[in-house]
Formats: sequence, structure tokens, C-alpha cells
Amino acid sequence: MAIVTLTIDGIQFSAKDDESILEIAKQNGIRIPTLCHLDGLSDVGACRLCLVEIEGWNKLMPACTTFPIEGMVIHTQTEKLKKYRRMIIELLASEGNHQCAVCVVNNHCELQDLAYEVGLQYVRFPYLYPKKHVDATHPKFIMDHNKCVLCTRCVRVCHEVEGAHTWDIANRGINCEIISDLNQSWGSSPSCTSCGKCVLVCPTGALIEKGETIAEMEKKRDFLKYIVTARQKREWILNMSDEE
Amino acid sequence: MKLKVATAWLGGCSGCHMSFLDLDERLIELADKIELVHSPFADIKSFPENVDFTLVEGAITNNENIEMAHIIRKRSKFVISFGDCAVTGNVTALRNFFSPEEVITRSYIELSSNKNKTPNDYSNLAQLIPTARPLHEFIKVDAFLHGCPPTADQIWFAISELLEGRLPEFQNIFLRYG
Repeated sequence: MAIVTLTIDGIQFSAKDDESILEIAKQNGIRIPTLCHLDGLSDVGACRLCLVEIEGWNKLMPACTTFPIEGMVIHTQTEKLKKYRRMIIELLASEGNHQCAVCVVNNHCELQDLAYEVGLQYVRFPYLYPKKHVDATHPKFIMDHNKCVLCTRCVRVCHEVEGAHTWDIANRGINCEIISDLNQSWGSSPSCTSCGKCVLVCPTGALIEKGETIAEMEKKRDFLKYIVTARQKREWILNMSDEE
Repeated sequence: MKLKVATAWLGGCSGCHMSFLDLDERLIELADKIELVHSPFADIKSFPENVDFTLVEGAITNNENIEMAHIIRKRSKFVISFGDCAVTGNVTALRNFFSPEEVITRSYIELSSNKNKTPNDYSNLAQLIPTARPLHEFIKVDAFLHGCPPTADQIWFAISELLEGRLPEFQNIFLRYG
């Protein structure tokens, strides 16, 4: 680890070179929109909302998986980036069935919040209205593929935190979808521990609890930092030594 | 001179129009400033010429909606998508999971006591198009009023801007889906 100097939106910062540009920006109060990123999970650069411009680099880079080097000059709010961010939200809206009005997480949805943030007035692309299925075979939870944005938070939390790796991704392109175990119904999954972490981290209404109705479900997505911090700092050992 | 204003009701539930009535005492103020020339509220059969602006509720879901949308566009200076169904398809587009035939059979045969007639049996009734779709996929739309339904405050903001001759741009508290 080394300390480097970099410039974000015209302001110079010193930062550790093992922290992503997204983390550095966040620590310094610079807002970069994100969707697939969640504190406590590894970053995969899937949603592309955190794309930034770096002077001298010929392509846009995701802030969550790009690390600083000495003298880097970064722009996070250019017209070009705003145009792409809006386009990403439009594409996500047009390739799913996101009827906010009848969604369990209406008003508590990260996709909805991002639509407001980018000022989405309407979607320029033709809506695909894909015929996607709903898996309600699990006794406690429902997976509604119509509202899935393929951020893979559920896949990562299940693998990295719960250690079950029930979720994974199948197929490519427009046919890409989240599957449980060997592409079987969630209810028949032998690896799922029913811990519900995937439901809590899901940014949209794709993973929901049974028995919740429209606009009723508010997810506590930041619970993860308690688990992850406790594990990293081995807080249970500290607690035990306190008792002694 | 009073502005000529119209509202139209395509493939929607009329909830947006109900929300319009939630303007309450502001309706009295509005009555002094506009002439309502066509609306489900006014029961005027044909759509007049030279309308200053039209609020259009609902998605495009049948051939009659398409025809009406083009008439509205031709005869209105500004067209405003009025509510989430007009903007995104929303609840009206939930039927897109099924073919028009499946939807008609479910509604008019399986769930009906009169199990032998559907709108498809009458050539003068509107016929469903394959999928319900947002208004702007058919005609040029000048502004988008979101929400299911839009709140009275959103509607008032939109109308106030239009009365001042400006196209409303919805940001912050006035930009709200669902």
C-alpha cells in the first residue's frame, strides 16, 4: 500500500492506492451513483453506473473496480457520463417489467431512486415487456425475475457472507438470469439456508418476503456492514477478552 | 383569452382524472383561466381543433387509442403524458404477459356469466393491439407527468407551468414513479 495524490472533479486528494476510486470519492463527500455496489460485498463493475472519465485514458472506467495511480485526474459528473447513466437506467427499465405502482418495494427501491437522480422523464427505447417467471416455491421468499436488474448482489452475499452459494447466473445477453443451484426451483434448493440475506440486499423488488403487499417492504440493506465488520475485526474475540 | 385545454382517457383506470379532481378549490381558480373543450369530465363527443394543451391518461392498448392519439397530436399545441400508464405502460401493460386472445377469453368468457360474446365479435368495437404501450411510442409527447396517479400538487405544477406558456420539467419532488 502506498499513498498517492489524485484529482477528482478539480479537487486534489491524497489516498491509499488499495482503495477504489469509488471509496475515495465517498470518503470525500463526492457522490457517484451506484447500483451493483454494496458496502460489505466485493465489487464486480456490473451495472456501469459508477463510470468515470480519467484524463489520458481512452475509455470510461467503473469507479468501484478502478484503483488510483499517482497524478490521476478524474471527472465524475461530465455531460457524457450523465448521458450514459441516464441511458443505463432507460435500458434497465425497458428490459424488465418494473411496474412501480404495483411493486412491493415501491418508494423503497434503488432503481427508482436512481431514475430520480438521473432525472428520467421517459424511456426512449421501446419497452420489451419480456415474459419472465416468478419463483414462489420457497416457503418464506419470492424471486420475481421481472424486476431483477442482474446486479448480482444476491449471488455475492450468498457466496461471500453466508457461504452457501445458492445463487448463480445462467445464460448470456438478454437471456441472462439468476438461478438457484443447478437451475432448479428455489424451494427445492438443498443449499439455501433460508437466511434471507439475498432478500435484504436486493436493490429492487426482485427478491421479496412472502406476505408483503404494495409499497410495504423496506429493506435494511446496510445490515451487511455489521456482519462484515464483526468478521473482519473478529469482534467476538474482543468481546470474550472483555469478559475475562 | 382563456386557454383551450383538453384531457383524454385512453387505456387507463381514470385514477389520474380522479387525482385531477383532488385539485379541490384550485379547480375554481382554474375555471377562470381555461376553457375545458374535451374531457371525460365534460362529455363532449368530438375532439376540437386548436387545443392549447391536452393531458392524456392511459397507455395505448387498442386501435381506437392509436386513432385518438393521432387526432390529439394533430389538434393540440402541447401533448402531455398524464400518469405512469401513459409514460411507461405501467398497470395497463401487465396484460402484455398474455396474448390479446388469452386476455379476451379470460375477461369475457371464463369470468363472465354471458359466455358467448367478446368485443372481437363486433367490428365496431375497439380491438386490442398485441401489447399495451406508452403514448410516446406512437406520437410526439412534449412533457411527462409521472405517478400512479400523479398527485394533485404535481398536476397543479404542470398546469401552472403550461398556463405560463412553459413546458413543465419535472424534477425532485415532482418526479415520482409509482
